[in-house]
Amino acid sequence: MPSWLIGNAIAQWALYSVLLLLSARPVGGYMYRIFTGQRTLFHPVLRPVEVGIYRLTRVDEAEEMRWYTYLLAILAFSIVGLLITYGVERTQQWHGGFFNPQGLPNVTPVLAWNTAVSFTTNTNWQNYTGEATMSYLTQMFGLATHNWMSAATGIVAAVALVRGLARRTASGVGSFWVDVVRCTLYLLLPILFVFTLFLVWQGVPQDFSAYTVAHTLEGTTQTIAQVPVATQEAIKILGTNGGGIMNANSAHPFENPTPLSNFFEMLSIFLLGSGLVYMFGKWVGNTKQGWALWAAMFILFSVGFFTAAGFEQNGNHLIASQAHVQTLATSNQPGGNMEGKEVRFGIVDSAMWATITTDASCGAINAWHDSFMPLAGLVPLTNMATGEVIFGGVGAGLYGMLMYAILAVFIAGLMVGRTPEYLGKKVESFEIKMASIALLISPANILFFAALAIVGTWGTAAIFNPGPHGLSEVLYAFTSMNANNGSAFAGLGTGTPTLQPAFNFYNVTGGIAMLIGRFLFLTPLLAIGGSMARKKTVPANLGTFPTDGPTFSILLVAVIVIVAALTYFPAYSLGPIIEQFLLNAGKTF
Amino acid sequence: MTVTAPLPEQQEPTLQPTGHQGDQRRQSRALSIFEGNILRQATIDSVRKLDPRIQLRNPVMFVVLVGAVVTTIEFVRSLIPGSGLGADRFFIAAVSVWLWFTVLFANFAEAMAEGRGKAQADSLRRTRTEAQAKKLLPNGEIQIVSATELRRDDMVLVEAGDLIPGDGDVVEGVASVNEAAITGESAPVIKEPGTDIRSSVTGGTTIVSDYLKIRITANPGETFIDRMIALVEGANRQKTPNEIALNILLASLTIIFLLAVYTLQPFAVYSGSAVAVTTLVALLVCLIPTTIGGLLSAIGIAGMDRLVQFNVLAMSGRAVEAAGDVDTLLLDKTGTITFGNRLAFEFVPVGGHSERELTEAALRSSLADETPEGKSIVALAEQKGVQVDGVALRGAELVAFTAETRMSGIKLNGDSTMKGAVDAIQRISPNAPAELGEAADRIAREGGTPLAVAHNGEALGVIYLKDTVKPGIQERFGELRRMGIRTVMVTGDNRLTAATIAREAGVDDFVAESKPEDKIGLIRAEQAEGKLVAMTGDGTNDAPALAQADVGMAMNSGTQAAKEAGNMVDLDNNPTKLIEVVAIGKQLLITRGALTTFSIANDVAKYFAILPAMFSTQFPQLNALNVMRLSTPHSAVLSAVIFNALIIVALIPLALRGVKYRPVGAAAVLRRNLLIYGLGGIVLPFIGIKAVDVVLTVLHLTA
Amino acid sequence: MSTSATSQPPAGSPQTGTPRRRSSVRGLIVTSILMTVVLMVGTGIIYPLVMTGLAQVLFHDHANGSLIKNARGQVVGSSLIGQNFTKPQYFHPRLSAAGKGYDATSSGGSNLGPTNKVLIKNTIAQANLIRKENNLPANYPLPADAVSTSASGLDPDISPAYADLQVPRVAKARGLSQATVLALVKKYTDGRTLGILGEPRVRVLQLNIALDNTKK
Repeated sequence: MPSWLIGNAIAQWALYSVLLLLSARPVGGYMYRIFTGQRTLFHPVLRPVEVGIYRLTRVDEAEEMRWYTYLLAILAFSIVGLLITYGVERTQQWHGGFFNPQGLPNVTPVLAWNTAVSFTTNTNWQNYTGEATMSYLTQMFGLATHNWMSAATGIVAAVALVRGLARRTASGVGSFWVDVVRCTLYLLLPILFVFTLFLVWQGVPQDFSAYTVAHTLEGTTQTIAQVPVATQEAIKILGTNGGGIMNANSAHPFENPTPLSNFFEMLSIFLLGSGLVYMFGKWVGNTKQGWALWAAMFILFSVGFFTAAGFEQNGNHLIASQAHVQTLATSNQPGGNMEGKEVRFGIVDSAMWATITTDASCGAINAWHDSFMPLAGLVPLTNMATGEVIFGGVGAGLYGMLMYAILAVFIAGLMVGRTPEYLGKKVESFEIKMASIALLISPANILFFAALAIVGTWGTAAIFNPGPHGLSEVLYAFTSMNANNGSAFAGLGTGTPTLQPAFNFYNVTGGIAMLIGRFLFLTPLLAIGGSMARKKTVPANLGTFPTDGPTFSILLVAVIVIVAALTYFPAYSLGPIIEQFLLNAGKTF
Repeated sequence: MTVTAPLPEQQEPTLQPTGHQGDQRRQSRALSIFEGNILRQATIDSVRKLDPRIQLRNPVMFVVLVGAVVTTIEFVRSLIPGSGLGADRFFIAAVSVWLWFTVLFANFAEAMAEGRGKAQADSLRRTRTEAQAKKLLPNGEIQIVSATELRRDDMVLVEAGDLIPGDGDVVEGVASVNEAAITGESAPVIKEPGTDIRSSVTGGTTIVSDYLKIRITANPGETFIDRMIALVEGANRQKTPNEIALNILLASLTIIFLLAVYTLQPFAVYSGSAVAVTTLVALLVCLIPTTIGGLLSAIGIAGMDRLVQFNVLAMSGRAVEAAGDVDTLLLDKTGTITFGNRLAFEFVPVGGHSERELTEAALRSSLADETPEGKSIVALAEQKGVQVDGVALRGAELVAFTAETRMSGIKLNGDSTMKGAVDAIQRISPNAPAELGEAADRIAREGGTPLAVAHNGEALGVIYLKDTVKPGIQERFGELRRMGIRTVMVTGDNRLTAATIAREAGVDDFVAESKPEDKIGLIRAEQAEGKLVAMTGDGTNDAPALAQADVGMAMNSGTQAAKEAGNMVDLDNNPTKLIEVVAIGKQLLITRGALTTFSIANDVAKYFAILPAMFSTQFPQLNALNVMRLSTPHSAVLSAVIFNALIIVALIPLALRGVKYRPVGAAAVLRRNLLIYGLGGIVLPFIGIKAVDVVLTVLHLTA
Repeated sequence: MSTSATSQPPAGSPQTGTPRRRSSVRGLIVTSILMTVVLMVGTGIIYPLVMTGLAQVLFHDHANGSLIKNARGQVVGSSLIGQNFTKPQYFHPRLSAAGKGYDATSSGGSNLGPTNKVLIKNTIAQANLIRKENNLPANYPLPADAVSTSASGLDPDISPAYADLQVPRVAKARGLSQATVLALVKKYTDGRTLGILGEPRVRVLQLNIALDNTKK
C-alpha cells in the first residue's frame, strides 16, 4: 500500500473522529436537557405541539413509570406499530394512484410479517427489492414511520436505564410516552429537517412522481425510480435503521450521491449514539464516566476500521494474478477489492461505512459485504455479534455497552477488594442475573438459528456463495437480525419468493430472531435500570473501583473481546477465517 | 474533670505494638498449607465429592463431570470393534482421565480448605466438655448432671479445677478463669458478677481458683464454642451474596460456551468434517471457567479460615465480605487509639520552683506507685536524668491512695512528698500559688490530667498526665485512608481533648462527648449515605450499635449481649484488629476477582490450541492459527485439557493463602492485578500448554 | 403563538422518580394506539409532504432526480445514475448487476464472494474483453474498478485510470484527437472532496453526452 493511501485512510479516519468527538458534548448536553424536561431552543414552536400530542393521546406528562410499566409501554407501542404496518403492507393494492402509482400488489403474508417485525425492531432487514415491492404509502407510512418510532424507542429505553443508574432510592424511571414525544419533537425533528435538505442539495430526490423513462444515448430506455428518498434516507441513517428505499441501499446514487453525503451520513450514524454516551456521563454527575465508555467504543471502532480497510485494500490476490488487476491504489484508481463497491467511495469509504454501520445497528450499506474479503467481512460480523455497542444503535448501543460495563465491573471489580459497584451502586445478584440473561441472548439467538438453518435445505438452499463463505452468509444473517442491524451477506437468497421453503424459513425465523434480539435483550437491561434506581449511592472514595479512567476503557474492550467476541471464534473459524486461509492457498469454490 | 486518683489497676492494656500479640498467636495456630493429615483426608474427600448431587451445586464443575462421563462412554465405545474410534482410543482415554482429574482437583481444593477448617474445629472440640456439671436446684441442692443436659437459665456451680460446662453469666463469686481454650491466652482472667465485661463465661474454659455460680445462657449445641466449631468447619456454610452473583455469571458463561460448542457440530458437518465428541467435550471444558469454578468455594472457606487463624471469628461469610466493603471505621478512643491510661508527659513547676525540684519530688512520690501512671512518672523522670538513691529511701513510709485523701506519696524522716488531685494538694498546701490552679486548668482543657505535687505542704507544680496514642497508629490510619476508608474516633472526652488526640492519631474525624448510645445514631447517619460501617464494642450498651453496624466486632471479653449482637468476635480483645479484618475481607474479594479474571483470560490461548487441531483433517490450512506450534492435533487438545486441570492444583495455595493485598488506592491495585491476573491470564496458558505439549512429545504420548 | 414553558421539575432530578399514578393496562393500550397513529400521521404523511414541498422549492432539480434532458427536452438519464454503454465511441461504465444491467428499477450488486469461482471467471472474462476492445497487451495491469461489479449496479463513475485506457479507442471511433478526448475526460473528472473524501472519478454519462456534442 503506498504511503499516501495509508495517509488517506488515516486522514479520513482522523477527520471523522475529530468531528465525532466535537459533536458528543453539544449533542449529549442537548439530549440531557430534553430528557430532563428543560427548555430548549425549539420550545416556542414545538412545545404547543408537544402539549397537543399529550392531550390527543391522553398522556399525563408528570407520570413516573416503574421499569416494568415502562417496558410494557414499549411493548404495547411496538406491537401496535407492528400490526398497523402489517395491515398497510397487506392492503397495498388499494393504496390508489397517488400513493401506489406503480400499482404494486399486496405483500405476501410471510414477507409482510418479516418486514413489519424488521422495521418495528429497528432492524430493517429487507427480504424484498424496495422499488419493486413497496408502494409509496407503504414506504412512507408503514415503514419510514418505524424509522422514527423504533429509533425513539431505542433512545428512550437507554434514557430510562440511565435514569435508573443516576437516581437514588427512586422507584420510577420516567414516562415512556413523554420521552418518546420529546425525543421525536426536540431531537429527531430538528436534526432531520436540516439533514434532509442537505441530502436533497447533494442530489437525493424527494418527489412523488411516477418512475421516469429515460431514452439513453445508445437508443434504449432506462426506467428511473425516484421516490421520496431524502426524508427516508435521513431518518434511516440518523436513527440507525438502515432500511433502504432502494435495493442497493446507500450504495445507490440516489440515496448517497456524493462523498460528502457519504461522510455526513456516516457521521449521523454515530451522532446520537455518541451523544447519548456523553449524556449518560453528564446525567450520572461525572462526564468522565461517559468518556471512559466513549474511549472504549472509539478504540473498537478504530481497530475495526483499519482491519477492514487493510484487508479490502489488500484485495483478492487470485484476481490480481489471474486477471492482472491492480490491487495497489494509485492516484487515478482505487485498487483493492472493488467488487460490490462504488467508485466514488472507493476502498476507504466503503470499509469505513461497513465498520460504522455495524458498530451501530444501521443496516445501511454502501458496498456489498458479501463481496468483502473474508477477514474484512469478519469485522462487520464481529461488530454485530458483540451487540453493536460501538456507539451503537441509537440507545441500544448505550444500554448494550452498560451491560458490558456492569459485567466488567463485576468480573474485575472484585480485584480492588470491594464487592463490585458501578456509579456508586452495588452490583448484586439481581443485576448480574439480568446482565447474564442479556449476555446469553445474543449467542443463543444467533447460534441456535444459524445451526438450525445449516442442517437442512430450508436454510442451505438459499446459500449463494459456496464453500465456507456460505456458512458466513448464514451466520451473518442471524447475527444481523439478532443485533437488529439489517445488513446482510446479501447473496443469501432470503428474499426470493420462488426459492421455497427457504423464503418461508428465513422470513419466519428471521422475524422471531429480530423480536428476541430487540425485546428479550431490552427487558433485563430495563430491569437493571429499575433495580439500580432503587439503590442508595455510595460516595466514591480511594478504595472505589475507578470506572472513569483509561484502565476501565481498556478493561471494557478486553471484556467485549474475550467474553463476547471469542464466543463466536469456533463458528467463525469455519467461516471467514478458514476462507481467508483457503483463499491464501489459492482455493476457490 | 480532674481525676486525681490513679485508676484501679487494669490488666488489659497492651503495651506491645498493635497487632503484635495477634501475630504471635497466629503463628501458633497457623497450619502449613499442605499438612499431611489434611492432605490425606482431602484426597479421600475429593473422591467422595464426586456424588452428582454435590456437584450439581456447582454448575461449572457439573458440566466437567458430565464431560468426563461422556468421554468415558466414548472410550468404552472405542473398545468395540467397528465403532470407528479404535484409532483414537488412547487419546480418548487420556482426555477422559484428565477430565476426571479436573473434577477431582476442584474437589480436592474444596476439601483442602474444609480440612484446614476441620483441623481448627477439632482443636476446639477437644475443649468441649463431656464433663459433669453441678446443677443447683431451686431448693439449693446440688445435682450432678451431664453438661449436655443443661438448659438455658439453669444455675450451676463451678469450683477451682472444674471445666465451665456452658456459656453463662456469673451471678455469684469471684474467681480466675483460664480461657486459653478459646483465646490461646494462658493468663487467667478474673470473673465476677455485676460487671459488664467480666461476668460472662464461656463453656469449655477452666476455673483455676475460687468458685462461681453461673446462670447458663445457651442451650446445648448453641453455645459459643459449638457455633465456633460449626463456623470453622464450614458445616452449614451459606454462599455469600457476592458468591451467589458470581455463580450466576459463571453458570451463564458455561451455558454460552455449551451453546457455542454444541452448535459447532452442525457448522462442522456443513463444512464437511464432523468433530469427534471427545474433542468437542475437551473444547467445552477448556472454555468454561473451571479454574474459578473449581476454586470458588475453597476461596470462601479459606477466607473464613484466615480470620480464624487471626483469632477472629466471623459469624458468616457475609460479614467477611462486608469487611472488605467498609467505608467508615468507628473506633473508640480509649483502648483502641490510645492506651487508655494516662501517662506522664510533662512536669510543670509553679511558684518559682525548678523543674528538677518538681521532677525529684514527683519521682519520690511515685517510687512505690505500681499503677501505670506511677510507673510512667518514674520513667519520664529517669528520662530527664533524675535519679533517686534507693538506699536513702530505706525505711520510708508509703502513703497509699484512699478515696478520702485522694493522694498518695511517701514519708521519710518527717519529710512528706505527696501527689494527688489538685484540690487535695491545695488543701494540704494552703499557700499554693494561683499559678497551680491555672496550670491545672490548662492541662485539663487540653485533655490531660493534672496531678499536683507538694513537698512538706509546699506546692511544687503539676504533673501533666496525658492519654497517649499508641505508637504506629498514625501510619495505620494512613493505610486506611489509602484504602479509601474513613476513620472516626468516638470518645466521651470534651471537644478539645478529642481534637488533640484526633490530630495526634491522624483520624479523619471524631465525635466528642459521646455516650455509647450515640454510636447507633452515628452509624445510621453514615449508612443513610450508603456507607458501610464497622465498629468494635464490648459492653451491653454497645450491643445495638454492634447490631446496626455492617461489621460489628465484639471483644471476647465482652458481654454475651455484645457478642450476640456483633457479627464477629475477636478472641484477643484487640480492637485495632478491625483494621486487619478489613484487609482480610478485601483479600478474600481480591482473590475471588483475580482468579475469575485469570480464568476467563485463559480462554484466549485455549482457542488457539484446540480450534486448529479440531479441523486439522478438513482444513489443514487452519494450522496457521496454531501459534504455539503444538506437535499434533491430539497433543494440542490433550495439552490444553491437562493444563486446564493442572492450573487448578497450581492455584490451590493461592486460593487458600489469598492474593497479597497492599493498602494503596483502588486504581493502583486494579492496574497491578489486571496486569498480573488479566494479562498474565492471557499469556501464561500459551506457555503452559506449550510446555505440556513438549513433555507429551518427549514422552511419546502424542498418539 | 403563545409559548407555554414547562413548569414541572426536571423529570430526571433525583427527588422525583416516585410513580405518581399507576397506568392501567387498558390505558397503556389506548395510548399506544393513539400515539402510534399520531406519530405515523406526523412522521409518515405530514412531515414527508412538507419536506417534499420545501425540497421542490429549494432544490427543484436535485429533488426530482437530477435528470438530464437533451435539446428536444427528452430525458436522457440522470446525472447520478449510470447507463450502459457498449459502443466503441462511448466510454464504457463498470459491470452492472442491476437487472440485466443498469436497470434503475432493480439496483444491486453481484454479491459474489471472494472465493467464488464465478467471480474469478467473470473478472478474467471482463479483463480479457477490456484488453481486446482497447488493444491492450495481455499483462497490462487493469484498474480494479474496470473488472468489478459496482455496488448499486448504477455506478455513474469510473476511475480516471479506466477512462484513460479507453481514450485511444473512443478517439479512434469518433475520429477525434486523443488530446480532445483527454481534455473532456479531465473536464468530467472530480477529485476528492476537500482533498480527502471519496475517490477521484469520471462521470461517464455526462462525458459521453459531451462527446456527442463535440464536432469533429
